[in-house]
Amino acid sequence: MAGKQTPSQTVGPFFAYGLTAEQYGYPHTSIAGPRLVDGEVDGQRIRIYGRVFDGQGKAIDDAMIEIWQADAQGRYAHPADARSSNATFKGFGRTGTGTDADNRFVFETVKPGAIGDGQAPHVSVIVFMRGMLSHAYTRLYFADEVAANSADPVLGAVPEERRDTLIARREETASGVAYRFDIHMQGDRETVFFDV
Amino acid sequence: MTPKAGTTARDWRSHPPYIHPDYKSTVLRGPRKPLIPIAQTLSEVTGPVYGQDSVGPLDNDLTRNGARTGEPLGERIIVTGRVLDEAGRPLANTLVEIWQANAAGRYVHKADAHDAPLDPNFFGGGRCATDGDGRYRFVSVKPGAYPWGNHENAWRPAHIHFSLFGPSIATRLITQMYFPGDPLLPLDPIYLGTPAGARERLIAAFSLATTKPGWALGYEFDIVLRGPAETPRVP
Repeated sequence: MAGKQTPSQTVGPFFAYGLTAEQYGYPHTSIAGPRLVDGEVDGQRIRIYGRVFDGQGKAIDDAMIEIWQADAQGRYAHPADARSSNATFKGFGRTGTGTDADNRFVFETVKPGAIGDGQAPHVSVIVFMRGMLSHAYTRLYFADEVAANSADPVLGAVPEERRDTLIARREETASGVAYRFDIHMQGDRETVFFDV
Repeated sequence: MTPKAGTTARDWRSHPPYIHPDYKSTVLRGPRKPLIPIAQTLSEVTGPVYGQDSVGPLDNDLTRNGARTGEPLGERIIVTGRVLDEAGRPLANTLVEIWQANAAGRYVHKADAHDAPLDPNFFGGGRCATDGDGRYRFVSVKPGAYPWGNHENAWRPAHIHFSLFGPSIATRLITQMYFPGDPLLPLDPIYLGTPAGARERLIAAFSLATTKPGWALGYEFDIVLRGPAETPRVP
């Protein structure tokens, strides 16, 4: 029998021990965390980090960020991707913004490859927090993929003046390449969120 | 870009809006600009795969997975239901994660300042995977109501947080299950922020059939996730 969608409700502040227990130091396991890579994974190691700002420009300390991405060869670890073969890379990360002194989220991962359908390399990002009754979807694109980005159909659907909110800035750091992706929930620089 | 047959659209007649001023934190935190619709690509019709292999033996029993010296205090409950898509098809072997307050209305969270006792035998987090019929089952204690700072004398109705993936990131859902007959529901801006006609789906049904004689009260709570789309969705 057909049914109607169960409504979303806020994740609240207490996801910390429920969904991200290991990160926050609670005695409970987590299915996923901020580190997507171990020693065996092919690809360029990168760090993705950023902060989530509210409408007053304050960095939010109780947001939960999830990312979903292809591996370095552009393959998703999912049955719908027939090419999926990189079993050691799950492609999913989850972290709260409450354990970093600057309220950052910080993921250790590999740079995703292009899927091969005309889209530029990207990472899907889901934003949850206390004060949001429904989650929000966005995408992270890489600043050093200029040509691919300019041909990307999703970026192409975004008004030109707002595309910049989806581009993570490349930084060379002592520990490797990092991409900074700040998320602005509101204001002049409000991040583009998608109806997926 | 090749659209893949994915899920139905998010039904905004079912889901709460981003800005709901009675729930004060939404005012500065919810997006203000309209969402930009995109066609579902391989990136949206895939998602993290978690099932039975992510679940430990005590993970679905919150009366035991945090126990140190004995059983937690409170009214023992069984919470079960099916995870379905909108066509009514069961979603088998999909992960369900839950977290909740203890029977006194206190979370183990370090930032929970509510003056109510922690229970040394209750942690409040658990997970399980659905079976072949899409059914999940948890054993726990009924969570207590607790005060929060949204407005004067604000109390959250008793609830259990649920997190589900379903088959793709488009089916991702975090929600809360409420208990039937709770007098706090018509006062709760989080519950009331959900459209009328849809919010009632968040209330579990008491079930004598699920109730285990002499041991625990039973509640049934089915969860419906998006999809499947009959044709690829193009904005």
